[in-house]
Amino acid sequence: MTAVQTQKKVKHPMQRDMVFPIVNGIILCILMFVTLFPVLNTVAISFNDGIDAVRGGIGIWPRKFSVDAYSNLLSDKLTYNAFGISVARTVLTTLLNLLFTSMLAFALSRKEYVLRKFITLVVVMTMYVNAGLIPNYLLIAKTLKLTKTFWVYIIPTMFSCFNMIVIRTYIQGLPEALAESARIDGANDMRIFWQIILPLCTPVLATVALFVAVGSWNQWFDTQLYNGSKKNLYTLQYLLKMKLATSMQSANAANTSVDALVNATKSTPVTVRCAITVVSAAPILVVYPFLQRYFVTGMVLGGVKG
Amino acid sequence: MTGAVNNTPLLTKKKKKSIFKILWDQKLLMLMSVPVLLYVLFFNYYPLWGWRYAFQNLDLNNFKKGAEWFGLGNFEWLFGREDFLNSIRNTLAMSVINLIVGTLASILLAILLNEVRNRGFKRTVQTVTYLPHFLSMVIVVGMAQNMFLTDGPINNMLIASRLIDKPVFWLGEGKYFWILVAIINVWKEVGWNSIIYISTMTSIDPTLYEAASIDGAGRFKRILHVTLPGIKSTFVVLLIMNIGHLMEAGFEIQYLLGNEQVIDFSQTIDVFVMKYGISSGNYGRAIAAGMFKSIVGIILLFGANFVAKKLDEDTLL
Repeated sequence: MTAVQTQKKVKHPMQRDMVFPIVNGIILCILMFVTLFPVLNTVAISFNDGIDAVRGGIGIWPRKFSVDAYSNLLSDKLTYNAFGISVARTVLTTLLNLLFTSMLAFALSRKEYVLRKFITLVVVMTMYVNAGLIPNYLLIAKTLKLTKTFWVYIIPTMFSCFNMIVIRTYIQGLPEALAESARIDGANDMRIFWQIILPLCTPVLATVALFVAVGSWNQWFDTQLYNGSKKNLYTLQYLLKMKLATSMQSANAANTSVDALVNATKSTPVTVRCAITVVSAAPILVVYPFLQRYFVTGMVLGGVKG
Repeated sequence: MTGAVNNTPLLTKKKKKSIFKILWDQKLLMLMSVPVLLYVLFFNYYPLWGWRYAFQNLDLNNFKKGAEWFGLGNFEWLFGREDFLNSIRNTLAMSVINLIVGTLASILLAILLNEVRNRGFKRTVQTVTYLPHFLSMVIVVGMAQNMFLTDGPINNMLIASRLIDKPVFWLGEGKYFWILVAIINVWKEVGWNSIIYISTMTSIDPTLYEAASIDGAGRFKRILHVTLPGIKSTFVVLLIMNIGHLMEAGFEIQYLLGNEQVIDFSQTIDVFVMKYGISSGNYGRAIAAGMFKSIVGIILLFGANFVAKKLDEDTLL
């Protein structure tokens, strides 16, 4: 039986070995196309003439090239402002989050620390217990009165438990002798943290920083919740969300008929919407290929632990 | 530098130290951790106190005056509402669909990638498919709206290939909403979610494949009898963990993609909370809804962790 089977296989080794890789390659190429098409399509529409774009049917290359959408966007002061706010919140959140998260990670990696178990328990429980949207909203809006301030983007996001665990796991993997010898040489915990441990944590810190930065850059909901009435605190993502909302709201207002939705969606400046999409995705698209390595390392690190 | 003086005795006399001495020695560790602890207590635990409003008739109008105790009134109101019951159904339905479709898609992608021998091609596919994970949901929904327009690329393609004869109204009909969410989620996350399976597959002992080949197993037999058993434990762990997150069907995608026409199918519990809490200012009712979700979520999560531990102990994995 097995002999017959092996004989069969030996008969057409070339055939067997070629068909699958080719089919597989084709499937994966289609998958890449499906992944990239919406992105390229958005870029193409953003560079297309506005009126021509309404006709639809644009593929991955603009039909009637025009930079009107971008000049429209860049002539609006709100765009620059939103870009500045997005950059500022991303940089500040990343720095502060990294500082507090790694500080706690270091403290909780010290086996001799008496509060280690207690603090770990309290912090890890936050991954399970979440009061929910409204209690958090009441805390930030009513108790802390952070609405209509820039700080609402920073203060609630200064620490993340998952990242703390990732960094702590990494620190625990470093040789204990490093900290021990520094201690014998007279370094205190603060110095050990700053001068010995942190520099060694660069890879994991880079990973965590990227996650935090992407999360902060992509956030739009806090703007809507707390700063919806403050135009000078809008972020790029929220500007984009507003464009989406106007297209859908006018669709909702215009009754339920199919034609109404089609017309409503068409009546919005689709090229401008695509241009904002491109601008708000650009930083990620530009740095992504270079940083992908770190992202994946972080995912594997987190996966090992999680 | 004071720490240096205090830390040296730690090495010489070990067990005689009083608790105060230890605390004093570790003051810098406390300096580094207690502020963060207080931060966590304030931002993660203190809001739980807000759950008391679930039993009060708090809303925008009497926020300053203070609310009256209300018993379970808010919960009675919730469970008497069809749209809340719909939200529970939608949350669970979308979670389950996303879980099944998402898991199958990422395992399939991992298997296909695992069979690729050309490293450059493999890296390229990975780079491309991870990309959407880093785009914000606003961007993704915007792109999806372009794709699924009545005269958009998807309809055009389906008509050209004669699968349908007139355009499908994807964005405006409730019956398509769940599948639309599943498609968008797969598009966004399939590459990313396949990473864990790919890294599990690379740790499968290559001699198993060789042995299978010698025994006459073809490519599909090897996938069936070596690759799939190799990722079984990862699959089970992830499945259990995901069951713990069944109440988290997502908020952003339903909130951004939903509209009045599809609301019966698009509204999840989170969207319901947003609508009644923030938009209408019925804090008490919205908190009751959120509290219901959180508590069911905690039960599911602990249940899932318990099952995972049990399986681990029984060495089923």
